[in-house]
Amino acid sequence: MEKIKLTIAVSGLNAIDSPGPGIGVIRSLRDCQDFDLRIIGLSYEALEPGVYMHDVVDKSYQIPYPSSGSKELEIRLKYIHEKESLNVIIPTFDAELANFIKLVPILDKWGVACFMPNMEQLTALDKMHLADFGKEHGFDIPKTEFISSLSQVEEMEDEFDYPMVVKGKYYEAYIAKNKGQIESYFHKLNAKWGLPVVIQEFVNGTEIVIAGLGDGTGETMGAIPLRKLYITDKGKGWSGVVLEDEALIELTNKFVKASKWKGGFEIEIMRTDEGKFYIMEINPRFPAWIYTTAAAGQNLPAAMVKLALGEKIEPFTSYEAGKMFVRYSWDLITDISEFQEITTTGEL
Amino acid sequence: MILKKSIAVSKSGFIFNPTTGDSYTVNQVAAEILELLKESKTLAEVKQEILQSYDVYEKSLDEDLHDFSAHLQQIVLAEYGKD
Repeated sequence: MEKIKLTIAVSGLNAIDSPGPGIGVIRSLRDCQDFDLRIIGLSYEALEPGVYMHDVVDKSYQIPYPSSGSKELEIRLKYIHEKESLNVIIPTFDAELANFIKLVPILDKWGVACFMPNMEQLTALDKMHLADFGKEHGFDIPKTEFISSLSQVEEMEDEFDYPMVVKGKYYEAYIAKNKGQIESYFHKLNAKWGLPVVIQEFVNGTEIVIAGLGDGTGETMGAIPLRKLYITDKGKGWSGVVLEDEALIELTNKFVKASKWKGGFEIEIMRTDEGKFYIMEINPRFPAWIYTTAAAGQNLPAAMVKLALGEKIEPFTSYEAGKMFVRYSWDLITDISEFQEITTTGEL
Repeated sequence: MILKKSIAVSKSGFIFNPTTGDSYTVNQVAAEILELLKESKTLAEVKQEILQSYDVYEKSLDEDLHDFSAHLQQIVLAEYGKD
């Protein structure tokens, strides 16, 4: 069978200790025998390792930070598209998704395919609205409140027992055992991510994550549950094993049906000792460990590209439990001339 | 007692529970016992096979099998059933 020639732009090239999903997505795409690929990396920082991984990324372009807005992004993407004739774009950062979603009609006019949720879906599942989504659709979500000043901490003490989870608006979470710790984390998270700060009921149990792909009509195209075996001090999985549990697949199907999710996602779950599943968070994109899904028999990024191109595909129905990933670090050697090029021209 | 169907046991004594992601290592005799349980043998049948293969006091084997099966149930690798 002839391979489809495709040029695909992917972001999230920061394969660092708190990695973006880009390299895992690209590795999965390269595994797919149906594609003849040219991969364009979209980076924010000159030192994102993917920029220098020339066997993974063919060419990289820096793009403006999400805070610059969608117009700046449009201008940059137009330039990249004129040079590279992109077929598909896969954004992989939570913070950049809104800008890309705004540009979907323009990308569509250019003939560049995407497979993302709409703005309404994106907002309905963010930290601020997840509890409402859970209530509406019958999912267990830990009790959550939002605080904008320290005066609200005393009210929280009436509502929650210690320990409490204190979370930033976008990223980071800490477990607070007393009022003093809440205050300290509040200041730290406010300075970094702004207000409000999220206070959440602490749920004890086993952390499980599920990577999945929704087709936008309520059907789950694939889902792989995984237990993190080793978690870094930044809360990132450094090793994990694929699980076999029909209850987790059913939960995923229920989520996709309720949200009509379009695109890749990750559900973060806490399974209590009593076997109850609490949804802690929904990440609106593939996780950094996404290559494990391809290794386990469900190449979700490749399936997403096919859906983006309008191909009719059948949902995955099986996978291999027991597949594991163990992340590692590696000193990639490059030359100052490459750093110079990406820094001065924004391209490499 | 019934060993859960999904539990994977290797000949080297490595046990993997794909539902929870937990893994364990056991010695050779325990691995043999688990293999027999996977073949749906009852504890009484397992006891007879071990008595035939090893030079062991029946009372001592009874106690060890009882402890081992209780532990398997405690870590949710097995559940109550026949035996």
